Amino acid sequence: MTYGGWIIMILSVGFVTSLFVWTVARVIRTPDASTRLHGEIDIDTRDRDT
Amino acid sequence: MVPYFIALLLLGLPIAWAEWALGRYGGTRGYNSVPGIFRAVLRRPIAPYLGALGLLIPVVIYMYYAYIEAWCLAYSVKMATGQLALGASQHNYVAYFAKFVGFENNGEAFDLSRGIGDSAITYLAICFILNFVLIYRGLSRGIEWFCKWAMPALVLCALVVLIRVLTLGTPDPHYPERSLLNGLGFMWNPGVAGESFWHSLANAQMWLEAAGQIFFSLSVGFGIVLCYASYLREKDDIALSSLTAVAGNEFAEVALGGLISIPAAFVFLGAAGTTEAARSTFNLGFMTLPHVFSAMPFGQGVGALFFFLLFLAAVTSSLSMLQPAIALLEEGLGLGRRASVTLLGFVTAVGTGFVVYFSKDAKALDTLDFWVGTFCIFLLATIQVILFGWVLGIERGYEELQRGAQLRVPRLFMYIIKYVSPAYLVAIFSAWVYQQVTAEKDNYLRAAVHDPVARLSVGLIVLVALLFVLLIAQSVRRWNKNDAQRGVDEP
Repeated sequence: MTYGGWIIMILSVGFVTSLFVWTVARVIRTPDASTRLHGEIDIDTRDRDT
Repeated sequence: MVPYFIALLLLGLPIAWAEWALGRYGGTRGYNSVPGIFRAVLRRPIAPYLGALGLLIPVVIYMYYAYIEAWCLAYSVKMATGQLALGASQHNYVAYFAKFVGFENNGEAFDLSRGIGDSAITYLAICFILNFVLIYRGLSRGIEWFCKWAMPALVLCALVVLIRVLTLGTPDPHYPERSLLNGLGFMWNPGVAGESFWHSLANAQMWLEAAGQIFFSLSVGFGIVLCYASYLREKDDIALSSLTAVAGNEFAEVALGGLISIPAAFVFLGAAGTTEAARSTFNLGFMTLPHVFSAMPFGQGVGALFFFLLFLAAVTSSLSMLQPAIALLEEGLGLGRRASVTLLGFVTAVGTGFVVYFSKDAKALDTLDFWVGTFCIFLLATIQVILFGWVLGIERGYEELQRGAQLRVPRLFMYIIKYVSPAYLVAIFSAWVYQQVTAEKDNYLRAAVHDPVARLSVGLIVLVALLFVLLIAQSVRRWNKNDAQRGVDEP
């Protein structure tokens, strides 16, 4: 593992981990997050056959 | 990693925001299918037909993704029952996987002589039936509730595996060069082995694959996000939701996957073996992770749980892949959900059967994955950034993105979407075409002409595309008729 490899690994893993933690913190702090924020799978497509 | 992170910042993240905004824009104008959304944005007769890519991509990807989902389920069961305790030789794990999925001969996966419980086809049938029952009965929201618990468990499980991988050291004293540190170097050192850093950056195929990997990880350029975003309400947030999805996927891929799969593969397979196995990212985990689990305490249980949670994650992706086509069949042809699902079930079963039969060296899977999972995604992403940046316009686009937003997106990204992303996409694409045409060795373009299985695979893609073009033509007639009744001008 070269110095360049260490730098790229630390920057890459550090960046994505920080971004993930920051976005999760923002989601948790959002009031009514469950009704205002959505991921793909929790979006209701409202097209069930009756 | 350099092309990967540049692609993330200049393509993945901006296109994710553009896709969510375009989807909701179309949804508030009454469209849920990609052709309909494109028709709402670009009022031209060609617009819905450009949206055929947004149907073709997820449906064709589903055809091989269902098979990978079956591998996850099978490996979960095999880990739990001890069938994957294959000893210390990495060769055993590679050979077992190759035999199980039929890499040696076409049609091998259909061979039931080893017993029906040991066949990949059995697990595929279970996955296929499970997916379609869930979609047919509209149960994806139940799965979503389950995933709220299962996905954090998957991350915890991955962290346990990560700790084991980072403490592997040099497990085989006969190969002192196969150490964890060298494995990390193999993954993270800048440049490709044997080439200078700058020379390796000049490879257009690498930039195209880095962009394709970003699109695949973030599920952008598939048409799926466009479709799902169209069901959101006008005041729902899309800015923070999409950024959180991007961050979660990147954390899983870079911080967990980047420290687990390749370094572990290097420790057990060495440099040459890892390069060979990494030709398909789908194979790598199945060839190396069972060996990692066999070398850790409680590995059998942790491995079974890990593959089962991976299977659940794959199920959620599979369910979402069919929604864009379902939306077109419902809104364009007036079919009910169950009729739409039945029609798609037939189409995807034929396609999956094709992938499973032509399993030698995973040629069919690899060809579909390149032409649809990279090339077509690239095309659709380009169309989307042009629609957002140049047709909808960055002012209206930004307004759409910020409506109800819990996060202020820097305006700089609007200029990136308008100028940088399209230029980036066109530049990589042009360089890639030049390299493919002038290359002396085999590549995907040549294989599509000379290799019979690759040619058939491309033929399958064309057939599915034609089917969707016909369905879109029928939908356009219906939309035009509705527009005429409402006194709206046809595009």
